[in-house]
Amino acid sequence: MPAVPMTLDVNGRRHTVAVEPETPLLYALRDELGLTGPKFGCGLAQCGACTVVLNGRAIRSCVTPVSSVGAQPVVTVEGLGDEQRPDPVQAAFVAEQAAQCGYCISGMIMSAHALLAANPHPSDEEIRTALNGNLCRCGTHLRILRAVKRAAGVTA
Amino acid sequence: MSAAVDRATFLRRAGALVVAFSFPGTVPALAQEAAAPNGPATRRKTPSYPNVDQWLAIEPDGAVSVAFGKVELGTGIATAMLQLVADELDVPLAQIRLVDVATTHVPNQGYTSGSTSLSLGAVPIRRAAATARATLLGLAADHFKIDAAALETREGACFVTAEPSRRATYAELIGGHAFGEPIAAHPQMRDPSTYRVVGTSLPRVDIPAKVSGTFTFVQNVRVPGMLHARVVLPPRLGAQLASYDAGSLRGIPEPVRVVRKGNFLAVVAQKEWHAVRAARELKTTWSEGTALPAPERLWETVQQIPGKSRELANTGDVDAVFASAKRTIAARYEWPYQSHGSIGPSCALAEVRDGGVTVWSPVQGVYPLRDAIAAFLELQAEKVQVVYAEGAGCYGHNGADDASTAAALIAHEIGKPVRLQYMRADETGWDPKGPATVHEMKGALDEHGMIAAWEGHIWTPTHSTRPDGHPANTLPGQLTGAPAAPVYYNGGDRSALTNYTLPAQHVSMLYQERAVIRQSSMRGLGGTQNSFANESFVDELAHAASVDPIAFRRRHLTDPRALAVLDVVAPQYKPGRGVAFVHYENTEALVAAVVDVSVDRETGVVRVNQVWIGHDCGLIVNPDGLRNQIEGNVIQATSRALHEAVRFDGSRVASVDWASYPILRFREIPEVSITAIDRPHEKIRGAGEAATTVMAPAIANAIFAQTGKRLRRVPFTPDAVLAALRA
Repeated sequence: MPAVPMTLDVNGRRHTVAVEPETPLLYALRDELGLTGPKFGCGLAQCGACTVVLNGRAIRSCVTPVSSVGAQPVVTVEGLGDEQRPDPVQAAFVAEQAAQCGYCISGMIMSAHALLAANPHPSDEEIRTALNGNLCRCGTHLRILRAVKRAAGVTA
Repeated sequence: MSAAVDRATFLRRAGALVVAFSFPGTVPALAQEAAAPNGPATRRKTPSYPNVDQWLAIEPDGAVSVAFGKVELGTGIATAMLQLVADELDVPLAQIRLVDVATTHVPNQGYTSGSTSLSLGAVPIRRAAATARATLLGLAADHFKIDAAALETREGACFVTAEPSRRATYAELIGGHAFGEPIAAHPQMRDPSTYRVVGTSLPRVDIPAKVSGTFTFVQNVRVPGMLHARVVLPPRLGAQLASYDAGSLRGIPEPVRVVRKGNFLAVVAQKEWHAVRAARELKTTWSEGTALPAPERLWETVQQIPGKSRELANTGDVDAVFASAKRTIAARYEWPYQSHGSIGPSCALAEVRDGGVTVWSPVQGVYPLRDAIAAFLELQAEKVQVVYAEGAGCYGHNGADDASTAAALIAHEIGKPVRLQYMRADETGWDPKGPATVHEMKGALDEHGMIAAWEGHIWTPTHSTRPDGHPANTLPGQLTGAPAAPVYYNGGDRSALTNYTLPAQHVSMLYQERAVIRQSSMRGLGGTQNSFANESFVDELAHAASVDPIAFRRRHLTDPRALAVLDVVAPQYKPGRGVAFVHYENTEALVAAVVDVSVDRETGVVRVNQVWIGHDCGLIVNPDGLRNQIEGNVIQATSRALHEAVRFDGSRVASVDWASYPILRFREIPEVSITAIDRPHEKIRGAGEAATTVMAPAIANAIFAQTGKRLRRVPFTPDAVLAALRA
């Protein structure tokens, strides 16, 4: 199908993008809106590097067609906070030094965000389950787990 | 005018203004292929940079610029480097900045590899900083007309010890001017007792941007007019491209350019998604490929690859000991091909400028890649610039050099800036693999339960096929028929010998110039495979001797540092747990591990519950940074041991994504307890790899301790465990 203008609600602002409806949301975010926090990792919904929160749920933007987003609010890592004013999850990741290369981290943070919104006091098992689809190759998992627990404490 | 002022004035006048670091002419006089005893070529030597000004500069505002030729791969070395400079030069951390790594800006320090960035790479900068500090004290002595011994430095200034108000900042003494002097032959290095930031857990400088989504990964670099490219790699190894049908791209809503050179094929579009689609939809015809061995024949095939026989140790009369020994055992160990598994597929951006090419690239060596691209495109080296931009963690020679060369080729062909990102299957299918190896071991015990003789034979290819200026060491070079590169033998012998006291030993290797599939450096290189064989076999000998595995290792070690790392984990050892000890590369970091596992006898699933690590890498620069590296090594190496093997299917690599090449997930992550022994007066030893090498043997030893079954082939998958349990 040809490109058509579509309105997206991203990080609390409305944007119009002109892309073919089947274009994955990830490309609209990165290439049309310049939001490069979400990363391309596999294009197969296998790794979680592209995770954003759509209407409260963590989704894989690499396989989510723009046409399926509609008016639902999209939140990317840029929508949480910035270096000067990080949100509690981002601040917890800094406090725990929960990154090495950091390529997976915005996806981790968005999955953690969706989890904490639904379950403010998750158990270790619940955190591991929520993040099980997010892959990290550097092996920073233990720090990420600590960061999510720390954020749960802060937001409690 | 006093002599003092004269000297300062002289320095200021004589020393050129520091404008910027510039290394236009580093086409290396020293870069040459040298004959070596163990192969036709050694890695090209890097030039030497003998002058202080080549490494650091003090700007007029007091900022200190440091030209570190090693790159931040996500391991934290940039932060650690700042700490080392802060203490050696005695300047506030906030005043130091690392110059962007580019072939025009930093010294050629070769590759960022082998856990050597701080142990070796930082050495010239630390020495330059020590030299600079002495010079600054000399300038201050002249200025205050006092003996330099009566002065101290603090926070970027020199002052008179007895009168701290008599103070001159470094900027006042030399800011904006060159030092104009060589690095001292024996600079007075700071005593570790004066360190203020070395040894502290300074937070990493890159993490705030990484958690904010604003960090500039190479995947995020954009230039005006940039197009998006994707490669179309052969469906089978060795397949030749017969034809492609550009008409198959008619469904894509913009004209797509197809770039072909030999068997190299790529598509270029304005919109990234269109490039992704074009790479998928382009109809191509390829010849048959080269057959790969069936899984059960892999290691037999590995052993048939020709190579050079190399003796690593031959001491004592091994044959005589075996002939008369009371007890001998033998074992064979096998390691599979493994993928680096970078979470972000490799990416690079290339722009044609003034007849040359600039490439933004996440590689471990900007200069060796520059030379390979220059040779590939038949350009002078000065016409190619490589600018480092961080990618996803690489853990060795992944697809980064290939993607960078491909981006350069495409940009050069079409004359426009091109961003090329690999797709998942390009990265997992085509990164040069950590190689498959075979080890055959034999050991003899004496009547006291000590090792009387040790024999090992290793089948391994070289672990290094990095670019080194040779197009044939890149995938685009190979696909376009570049002439073969000389073989550089490296890494196969890493940690091949143990540090155990062995009265007689014979260790040799068949050092192969190639592998079944393209191979290169992956974390730990041969140290990973060799330590799996050695530490499994030591455990087999300990069991045969009926001695507890920690006590058995202790009896064969004399180095107090080796004993110390074993001692810190010893309290966690109990029957049913596994142990391993490695003195990495025999002289680098020392690591001991105790591992607790559960083995599900119904499903064959091995779960690593907890890992205790004793670690000694000399002076610890950043304790939390070190722990981050050790945790990462433990987790990644657990993944490699439990899950990872490249799969073949006909002439195709069949493990191309996270379903076919699974890695460890959150629900499987063990607890990791680390005791890092700080030795402030010892040299820094790298910590980027050592802890990787203990994990596979420690897990195998733990599985044996739980089940009485030895797993001698990685990975320890449920099928492998069930087969062992039923054997």
